[in-house]
Parts: sequence; structure tokens; C-alpha cells
Amino acid sequence: MTKTVVRVGVGSCGIAAGALAVLHRLSEVLGSREDVVLKPVGCVGLCFHEPLVEIEREGQRWLYGEMDAAGAERVVRDFLATGEAPAEHLVYSTVTEAPENDMLGKQVRVVLRNCGIIDPEKIDEYIARDGYKALEKAVHSMAPEQVIAVVTESGLRGRGGAGFPTGLKWKFAREAKGDLKYVVCNADEGDPGAFMDRSVLEGDPHTVIEGMVLCAYAVGASQGVVYCRAEYPLAIKHLNLALEQARERGYLGRNILGTTFSFDIYVKEGAGAFVCGEETALIASIEGKRGMPRPRPPFPAQSGVFGKPTNINNVETFANIPWILVHGAEAFNRYGIGKSRGTKVFALAGKIVKGGLVEVPMGMPLREVIFDVGGGVPDGKTFKAVQMGGPSGGCIPAALLDTPVDYESINATGAIMGSGGMVVMDEATCVVDVAKFFLSFTQRESCGKCPFCRIGTKRMLEILTRISEGQGRPDDVDLLLEMSVQIKDGSLCGLGQTAPNPVLTTAKYFREEYEAHIRDHQCPAKVCSALIHYTIDAEKCIGCTKCARACPVKAISGALKAPHVIDDGACIRCGLCLKSCPVKAISVE
Amino acid sequence: MAVATATREELVRRLDPIVERHRGKKGITIPLLSDVQKVFGYLPEDAVEYVGKALDIPAAELFGVATFYAMFRLEPQGKYVVRLCRGTACHVQGSGRIGEQLQRALEIQEGGTTADGMFTLQYVACLGCCSLAPVMMVGEEVHGRLTPEKAVEVLEGYRARRVEP
Repeated sequence: MTKTVVRVGVGSCGIAAGALAVLHRLSEVLGSREDVVLKPVGCVGLCFHEPLVEIEREGQRWLYGEMDAAGAERVVRDFLATGEAPAEHLVYSTVTEAPENDMLGKQVRVVLRNCGIIDPEKIDEYIARDGYKALEKAVHSMAPEQVIAVVTESGLRGRGGAGFPTGLKWKFAREAKGDLKYVVCNADEGDPGAFMDRSVLEGDPHTVIEGMVLCAYAVGASQGVVYCRAEYPLAIKHLNLALEQARERGYLGRNILGTTFSFDIYVKEGAGAFVCGEETALIASIEGKRGMPRPRPPFPAQSGVFGKPTNINNVETFANIPWILVHGAEAFNRYGIGKSRGTKVFALAGKIVKGGLVEVPMGMPLREVIFDVGGGVPDGKTFKAVQMGGPSGGCIPAALLDTPVDYESINATGAIMGSGGMVVMDEATCVVDVAKFFLSFTQRESCGKCPFCRIGTKRMLEILTRISEGQGRPDDVDLLLEMSVQIKDGSLCGLGQTAPNPVLTTAKYFREEYEAHIRDHQCPAKVCSALIHYTIDAEKCIGCTKCARACPVKAISGALKAPHVIDDGACIRCGLCLKSCPVKAISVE
Repeated sequence: MAVATATREELVRRLDPIVERHRGKKGITIPLLSDVQKVFGYLPEDAVEYVGKALDIPAAELFGVATFYAMFRLEPQGKYVVRLCRGTACHVQGSGRIGEQLQRALEIQEGGTTADGMFTLQYVACLGCCSLAPVMMVGEEVHGRLTPEKAVEVLEGYRARRVEP
């Protein structure tokens, strides 16, 4: 009997879009059929089409988007009755033309190879796709040094953002003296606008676990910790389940796969502090202290968790490891350019048509990632900049869109590769407002240890706030630049050292926009509320009263069928009237 | 600061199992406080002092940790905690305006709780649902693709639900 597989994407984003209702309905409809397997799966990355349902038969796949319970039932019933895949709502297919074929075709899936394919709650599905094969190979036929050599040869670098060579890091941990060593997975994905690690943990937790066990074997560790954000409950649930299954099968725990090698992992939930993404702060947090960074050296490789040698890598880094050991360093090395090898997962968000998760070979130009894979900017607007690296990163302008995504080239623009958040901004985004947004974030998240970071970010935020309110002083931009250098130099950890980056890059590429706020008291993108005014064109207004009803502060007056007027003093610049007007009589200046 | 929520006996009864669970382990402050918060919905001052004494951890250390991490709350919360995402993707899609509108509609500031005890409004860094931006969570449920009006409607929906069992 030919089995048909029906998959429903129930990652956090799918659930938010209503995927659970779809899953329930399909499970009712398909309940007793033996020729159909219904699978809840993680995120395939096409978040903008959520909820997603995929049908697979004999290796051929059809993916449907924007599904609700009734729609999904119809598609699946039609398919099962006729054997033909309906064309409506089809977004991707391996057999016929579909709108997102190109988008997925341009991607290379190493880290996300199982996401959206396997049921993350079933270890057998992971094993069926070469899962734990790398571990079997390593513990039975490779010396720890050989594992490190393969990782070094692959050219893999830390995917958390800094890009430190992974093989070298492991070598340091291997060489460190100590009876007890730790392997820590940094899953404290704190960059606002980034959700790569969440998707991997939710959709394919075993690959992260296998990567950690391989690392432990290589460096000689016996204890593992996954430090995961508490904001990711589904990721934590899947991780704990996967750990339990791995233990039962002998991939984890005492005498792994019958050898003398023992290693176990527990999940440590973060408690909400961005600075804990910094490795020494993360270690302090694991130890139950306030998550405040300390000077290095000693590096964690020498003295980490409870003073023991510790190797810390990020989720995506670990997820690469099993693939590298199964396919070889050379296969991994084939992707990428220069010193950046392999692939990188990016979370595309902001003003972009196809927001979601993509994995592309290193070296792909930004233009291709944003326009060919991501579909460009919606609503006919113009691309202005892409923000990479979150609060530690910067804005890359349109003129630099041909920059390839590799560590060195991105650093040269003043942004950083970061963990993979790409937030696209269009002409309606104000760079002063964006800089202010990031500074208010870092100012809030500064742990307070270094005065330059604690006080400096506060002062920078104050200056940015007065610029956005039209109170900027002529030398404010230079003052910001001067403070940026001091904060970078005077801070202990990555948070302070990179906090000024959003200001530095926007001031470098969009200085004119800062000057317009300061000199002309104008916000060219019409965002900064103190510098804009809403007016109603009396000629166009038909007196329908819609705007007056939409206004939350009753700042609009006028009789029915007579032109309305906005009281500029009472107006709070929320923009609701603009959207409510059926004849476009309201403008913002 | 929070008022005492329970009698001494009740405090002991509810906290002792937590104390025993953590006794003798290292690096426990965060999970310990997290367990206390699960019991009361927040961290009452006397409860923190009690577990500190029982486990020989200075109260200053516990409060130091409690005030450092965003997860811990020293005041009682509303029935529903509204977490408005203020991540980058949500910001460029207008979540700032949504926050202003919610503050007006609920007549509270960020961090505040409504007079009827229904909602506590919090701004959070990123919920990781960037492609549905702007997003907010009400309790455990995520609501995406919001506008200022829609966000208020969602909360009105929760208010209306209160009459149901």
C-alpha cells in the first residue's frame, strides 16, 4: 500500500497562526486510515504562509499555505480521493510549478535539513535520516583528536555571531586540564528579530543533542548544559523529550553506545536577561548568580562553569556538527567563500515580502538573500537598509547590497554577521528612530557593571531622544560618535563593546537624516511623532466622520458631511485617522 | 512591596516541599525563585525571606537575582499577563503605536495592572514570531499581525470571556 504522509507545521509561529486547529481537524478526518500518516512537524521556514500543510507520496511533495481547518480538510480529502494535488493554495512542490519553488530552490539545507520534515518528538524519524550515525562512527572508529581535526578542516566558525573557529575552540577545551569538563549550548537567543535557534530546537532537537555529545567526546567532557530562554516553552519541551529518548537509546548517559564514554545533558532555563548571551555572564547565570560578565582570561576553556574547563557553542554551531561528520569536512567546505564556509541560517523579518527562516550558502550577496529569496520589500516601497546582528549590529544601506554574507565582508560594513537576524527596513523607517530603539534596548539590558556601558548608553539614548524630538544640538552627531568610541573601549563584554554599532552605522550611512532632524526639525521618514503633523484636506474631506470615530483622543471635530479638522495640540500622532479615511484626505507632513 | 499573602503556617506548608527539593544542590537560586513564583504568581517578600533562611542563602542574594532577571516579579500580576513584543521586527511594523494604544485603553503604564486585576501590561524583547509581527502574548496565547485597534479588540475578547466558566 502506498502511504501518504501529511505534515502540519506546528512550531511556535505555526501555532500562533492557528496550526493546532488544522492538526486537530486532520487528525479527526484521518483518524483511522492506515494509508495516511499524519505528522506534526517543526518550522519549514515559510513563516509568511503559515499555517502550512504538506502532502507527500512516493517522494513527491506538495506544500500548501494559509491553511485553516476546513481548507486543509478539503485539500487532503481531494488528494486522497483523486490522487491529484489541488492547485489552490499550493506554495511549493517538487513536481509542479509553485510560487515558492525558487525561494526554496536557492537554499542549501544543512542546519535545517530535518526542520519541517520530521516529527521532532520521535527519535526514530531523526535516526531514519542519518541521525546519530555521526556519533556511532565517532565513538567506535575515531579518536577525539580526529573529530576535532574534521571540525577544524571543515572551516566551521561560531554561528552565535563572533565567528571564532569551532575546531580551535574545541582544541583549547581538549588541552585544558581537569577531571570534570562541561559542554554548554548557548540557546539564549536574545537578539530581537532572530528566531533561528528556536526553530532548530523546536523542529530538530536531536541534531543539537548529537552535536553536543560529539563535542563532549572530542573535548573529554562529562556534563552538558543547554541554556535556553524561558520564552521558548515549546523548544524546552521538545529538548527534554529528546534528551529522555536519547538516554533510553544509549546515545546519552553512562557508557554511551557501549563504550567507556559517559556524558549527560540537562536544560537550564534562562530568566530573561540579554547579557546572558555573553559566555561569562551565561556561566554566572548557570551557577545561579546575577548574569554579569567577568574579565577574560581566564577563558571558559580554562575556567568556566563552577571553575571547570567549559566549551560553549551556539545552537546552530552544534546543529552543523553531525552533518559534517557524516558527509565529511570537504562536503561542508564546498559551500561558502574565503574564510566563511558552509551555510548560514537567517531569520528574515521586517519590511519583507517573504518573512521567515532561510538557509543559504555563505557568500551569497545580500541582494540575492533579500530580493531573490526574501521577495524584496512589500507594498511597492523602496528598500532602505537591512539591520544585521541585532543590538550589536548595524544597518547596511542599499548601496552595499552586493556585499556577500561572510564574516569579514559584513564586518567591513560596520554591522556584524551576528546570530542571523535580518530586519529589512523601507523608506518609511526612520534611522534615528531605529538607533533610538536599539539604544533603549541595550540601555535597559546593560548589567550595570561597567560605567561606560551603564551611563554611556543612557546618555546616548538621551541625545537620540532629543534629536527625535527636534531638540537636537548642532554637534550632537559628533558627540554621539565620540561617546561611541569611549563606550566600545571602556566596556568589558560584547554588550557594551557593540552597543554603539547601530548609531555608528546609521550615522555613517544616513548622516543627512540625522541632520534633517537637528537642523530642519524634520523627520524625512515621517516617523518621529514630535516632528510630524496630520492635516485634513478640506477639499477632499467628505465629512463621513470615520476619522473622528477612529481618533482615540477625540482630537478630530466636524459636522456630518462637512470638512473635519484635527486639533494639532491634542493629536497624539497615532496615525489611526490616516488609515480610516476612505478618500485619502488626510496627510502627514 | 507586596503584602503578606498567607499565614505563617500556610507559607511553611506551601514552601517546604520547594525547600526540600533544592536542599544541598548548587546553583539553585534561579530555579528556586522560579518555583516560589509558580506558587504565588509573584515573589512575596516574606516567602523569599523564608526560603532564604531555610536554605542558608542571604536574602540580599536572592533579591539580587530576583531584580536582575526580567522573569521575576515582586508585585502581584493581573489574571492575564499581556506581553507586547518590542523586538526589532515588531518595532518597524509599528508595535510602539500598539503599546501607546493599549496603555490608553487599559489606563495603565507599561508594567502596570488594570484596576479590575484583569491585565498586566509588559513589554518584552522578542517572542520569536517575527514573521507575524507585530505580536503580543496574552497568557500563553500568541496573537499576530496586530494593529492598534485589533490589539484592543483582542483584549476586549478576553474581558468578555470572563463571564464564562
